[in-house]
Amino acid sequence: MQNSEIIKIENLTKRYHMGENDFTALRNINLTFSKGEFTGLVGPSGSGKTTLLNIIGSLDNPTEGNAIVLGNSVSELTHKQSAVLRNYHIGFIFQTYNLLSVYTVFDNVEFALLLQKHTVAERQKMVMEALDWVGLADKAQSKPAQLSGGECQRVSIARAMVKRPEIVLADEPSANLDAANSHHIIQTMKKLNRELNTTFIFATHDEKVMQYLDRIIHLKDGRIEKDLIMPDSKTESHVSL
Amino acid sequence: MIKFLFKGIMNDRSRSLLPIIVVALGVALTVLLHGWITGVLGDSIAMNASFNSGHLKVMSRAYAKDDVQMPNDLALLEADTLVNKLKSDYPGLDWVQRIRFGGLIDFPDEKGETRAQGPVVGWAVDLFTPGSTEIDRFNLKGSILDGKIPTKPGESLITSDFATKFKVKTGDTFTLFGTTMDGGMAFRNFTVAGIVRFGSSVLDRGAIIADISDIRKALGMEGAAGEILGYFDNGVYDDRTATVLMNDFNEKYVADKDEYAPQMIRLRDQGGMAEYLDISNAMGGIMVFIFVMAMSVVLWNAGLLGGLRRYNEFGVRLALGEEKKHIYLTLIYEGLLIGSIGSVAGTMVGLAASYYLQVVGLDMGDMMQQSTLMMPTIVKTRITPTAFYIGFIPGVFSMVLGNALAGIAIYKRSTAQLFKELEV
Repeated sequence: MQNSEIIKIENLTKRYHMGENDFTALRNINLTFSKGEFTGLVGPSGSGKTTLLNIIGSLDNPTEGNAIVLGNSVSELTHKQSAVLRNYHIGFIFQTYNLLSVYTVFDNVEFALLLQKHTVAERQKMVMEALDWVGLADKAQSKPAQLSGGECQRVSIARAMVKRPEIVLADEPSANLDAANSHHIIQTMKKLNRELNTTFIFATHDEKVMQYLDRIIHLKDGRIEKDLIMPDSKTESHVSL
Repeated sequence: MIKFLFKGIMNDRSRSLLPIIVVALGVALTVLLHGWITGVLGDSIAMNASFNSGHLKVMSRAYAKDDVQMPNDLALLEADTLVNKLKSDYPGLDWVQRIRFGGLIDFPDEKGETRAQGPVVGWAVDLFTPGSTEIDRFNLKGSILDGKIPTKPGESLITSDFATKFKVKTGDTFTLFGTTMDGGMAFRNFTVAGIVRFGSSVLDRGAIIADISDIRKALGMEGAAGEILGYFDNGVYDDRTATVLMNDFNEKYVADKDEYAPQMIRLRDQGGMAEYLDISNAMGGIMVFIFVMAMSVVLWNAGLLGGLRRYNEFGVRLALGEEKKHIYLTLIYEGLLIGSIGSVAGTMVGLAASYYLQVVGLDMGDMMQQSTLMMPTIVKTRITPTAFYIGFIPGVFSMVLGNALAGIAIYKRSTAQLFKELEV
């Protein structure tokens, strides 16, 4: 497995206009991420975790510097190119799941594929495979309202993974879950990371998540405080793909 | 993707229910109003054509200048000859002779003294010729309340309100006083053969109908006719053809400077009929425009509220790699789907209501007691082929326009802003 560099962040600064003042969310960030990393951006609220994820996900642009994602300079991408990058190469997992409540589990996962060119049979196969990964194949026709929080987050993981992206960005994925469910979904993601060599980048301040991370980047006031490799991180114990 | 959108519409009632109700309501009203106006105007035009204007009318030039006054002293002479020529030159029409007249009607008591008198408007039409089309044109068989259609000289029909007012019954006699063609006094006795109700206040207030041969004798108009009316064989007025025929006919008499020379006019040239026809033709467009505007405003607001509620969904879709443009397009597609569903529902409701009013009608007789318009007192809608699709224009267009206007907000928010609204 070749773990090449897939994200490079160079001298990145992000400022927001807030009235007459500017708020600097990120200051002169330099980072690289390799394929297959299981990395966390850790820090208190306002430290710039989500902003950095948004820029990596091509949802926002740097004010200064550059973010190169899979060879694409984020600030130079058109809206369409950004959408294509997200559609084919980046998956998102949210704290509040953000499932579409009026659709079934199957529909929610399938939606990511509707934007790509797949046949109905291909989509069916890919969706059921993704639901299998997260152990929810039997809930394919359920509505999100019929699922527990942990199950909803697993659907969210399936939705992010169904298109086999190179990168998954997860913003506080365990914040709304109890301890057991937190461990379970992190283990699921760790397993996917190992099996599919998908790069996972988390924004988190959850100790339970941090136990599993291979690398922890501490952010404070928009700056990198520490960038630590975690040789003793936990591995998945009981999740099978 | 269409299937996905359709599922969303079906499952998310707050997204679809209000717009579908608004669209269905607007479409139903559009269809019903269209049927109503088509029915009212159509019946009025048809009634006017049957009783007064014809599809084409030939009069002497002098008569035409003042035809509202029915100046029978200026009537066409040798009308039979002219009718034969018209039948020969313009065979696609039924040409009939008429005399319209005004006069005084006198009802005697059992001693022969005047019991009651009143002004009357009369129609002299061909009732006696076998196969005469006038009986059907005046719908005499359907309108007769008592008695029968005149079959011999000296018989006439009188209208119902008139008969009630003067306590006249079938078999009674009356004397018609009028003016002869050369200005003398005319009077002739008639027997009431039947009482008719045409369903138009203007007519039912006071009218008599008699055979043209009797009236010619009464008014000294042998061989003359006040008007010769032409009716297209299919019963439908065709303005374009009427114009061609009128121009062709009048062209033949351009060199004739006689004020009694015949002159042809169309239905639309007579007593406000142009406005009737134009309104009838334009009403569909006017209604569609009004409903598009009204419903678009409502649906725009509904779309804005729905859009705000769905910002979360839009944010997720952006994150999943959908373009803003595509999200906007899907809103348009949703508008098409919702508009179509609402239009189908609204058209069905509108057609059902129209059909009910077409069969049963709405009696507006009390409101039209003093009306001078010749229109039926029982107003009925009329379902035409247009009614099956006219509602789709405001229904679909307003929904799409409403969603398009509401969807502009997607472009006004930056991607990051939308994404932030996910409250991740």
